[in-house]
Amino acid sequence: MAEKVLMKGNEAIAEAAIRAGCLHYFGYPITPQTELAAYMAKRMPKIEGGVFLQAESEIAAINMVYGVASTGKRVMTSSSSPGVSLKQEGISYIAGADLPALIVNVQRGGPGLGGIQPSQSDYFQATKGGGHGDYHLIVLTPASVQEMADLTGLAFDLADKYRMPAMLLADGTMGQMMEPVELPETAPEMIEKPWAVTGTKMQRKHNIINSLYLVPEELEKTNFERYERYAQVEKNEVRYEEYMMDDAEICVVAFGIAARVSRNAVVEARKQGIKAGLIRPITIWPFPKEAIAKAATHCKEIISVELSMGQMIEDIALASECRVPVTLCNRAGGMIPSPDQVFDSIKKAAGGNK
Amino acid sequence: MAIVFEKPKSLTDAPLHYCPGCTHGIIHRLVAQAIDELGIEGRTIGVAPVGCAVMAYNYFSCDMVEAAHGRAPAVATGLKRSLPENIIFTYQGDGDLASIGMAETVHSATRNENITVIFVNNAIYGMTGGQMAPTSLPGQITQTSPYGRDVKTAGYPIRICELLSTLDGPEYIARVAVNNVKNVNQARKAIKKAFENQVNNKGFSLVEIVSSCPTNWGMTPIDALKWIDENMIPYYPLGVYKDRSAKEGE
Repeated sequence: MAEKVLMKGNEAIAEAAIRAGCLHYFGYPITPQTELAAYMAKRMPKIEGGVFLQAESEIAAINMVYGVASTGKRVMTSSSSPGVSLKQEGISYIAGADLPALIVNVQRGGPGLGGIQPSQSDYFQATKGGGHGDYHLIVLTPASVQEMADLTGLAFDLADKYRMPAMLLADGTMGQMMEPVELPETAPEMIEKPWAVTGTKMQRKHNIINSLYLVPEELEKTNFERYERYAQVEKNEVRYEEYMMDDAEICVVAFGIAARVSRNAVVEARKQGIKAGLIRPITIWPFPKEAIAKAATHCKEIISVELSMGQMIEDIALASECRVPVTLCNRAGGMIPSPDQVFDSIKKAAGGNK
Repeated sequence: MAIVFEKPKSLTDAPLHYCPGCTHGIIHRLVAQAIDELGIEGRTIGVAPVGCAVMAYNYFSCDMVEAAHGRAPAVATGLKRSLPENIIFTYQGDGDLASIGMAETVHSATRNENITVIFVNNAIYGMTGGQMAPTSLPGQITQTSPYGRDVKTAGYPIRICELLSTLDGPEYIARVAVNNVKNVNQARKAIKKAFENQVNNKGFSLVEIVSSCPTNWGMTPIDALKWIDENMIPYYPLGVYKDRSAKEGE
């Protein structure tokens, strides 16, 4: 087993990415993900073939990612909310050209310039497309520094497998906190990418990386084919964790830092005799619809705990088919709900008949 | 019988979609010829823009990537950083390179990215039907400057070669035209040099090609070529604006 080291979440992502075979990083400074770029700036020049480049803008950075992704190599960029908004054009092109790449969003409060404290208010942007056109990203949400590392490796593997961009949707807390982490010591197996542009070497017809189709029938076909792939992702790649859900009457749903706070509240509720449980989505696209639907059969209320004005709550309501009330327990603008606030929501949902 | 003229191998057989009298065809040929002459087709990757040349990926027989509007130099940066042994070129128009993509242009130049940039300046947005471009001349009538470009409200045209040659970064910056045989021959040499520089790891090389758009200028192809001489070249003087290696060799 590998040795455990104490690392910041942002640094764990960077080191995990390098170990996953990502030797190209492009970024632009923004708080609170700075440590990630700084780590890459230090490490990449020391690795053979390693590239760190501070781009002139987030827009340039994501287009550099598009360039490297076109050559079939693993590549990433990282930013925080306002910067990720700037990347949306490029992300749409990457999705439209069926390229794998990793985008890390260490979220901060918004809208606009917002603040620099943790937030989850980019849920819609991450899970519903974000840029123009019909597309999805595989969106993974870490709740520990260990997961920052583990999900980074997984994101690269899934992006390659399904030829689509993946996003690690973290928040300022996850980026800044330090925890012991175990990093993978063996390099992953890389899959063949015969579609990549590498030069024809005069041995094959030219490869074209493109998202332009002026004939609508052709463009429609690419959309349908892409969504067949998305259906496979939804079938195979849903990930979540359940805690005390077997006999739960109140179901709390939360990811990232909100899930850690919620878990404490569930423990407290159980101590006080309230049958509460937690579903922690690890992928928010694909969303753990079946787990939520199942919870709706035996819980009398579902509480969505979010660092936003309520975004995931819409997916919960859809997945539960509104069979039970779905309520929101939230803070926004960089604030984090306390375990007490979540506990109070659980208590209120339990009503008098606990 | 001896072959005295043939299509460059680096062009595919796809029929070009360009308007009659458009000079993109000439420029495509010059680029393909340079690639052929240097024997680099098998390791060349081109980046197509958004604009009239958007479908350049169908015309060049090397590997091709279609970039977002203005982002070709950033995409080319990614390609080159990933594959330093390959030859990477972008093919961009004036709206793409000098307006929406200005930041990518200036910064790839100042980083001296070892790429080749083919910049087609016809002083108008052709693909979208003839709007004012960053390089449209003062007084030039376009769809979005119907009373002529008024410099008081629309500002002045941007001279890319002059601007970029103030930077320490780039290796080679030249402006050519394709409105007569003499100028086409100059353009051929400049384009070849811009690729050669990359082969020799010299760095960022940009060739601006003053060209025509008869359709959106509302002229016959011949009048459009004359208009280049009478109006475009006086505002955009031809010549080599920067050639670091030549300077070092002095």
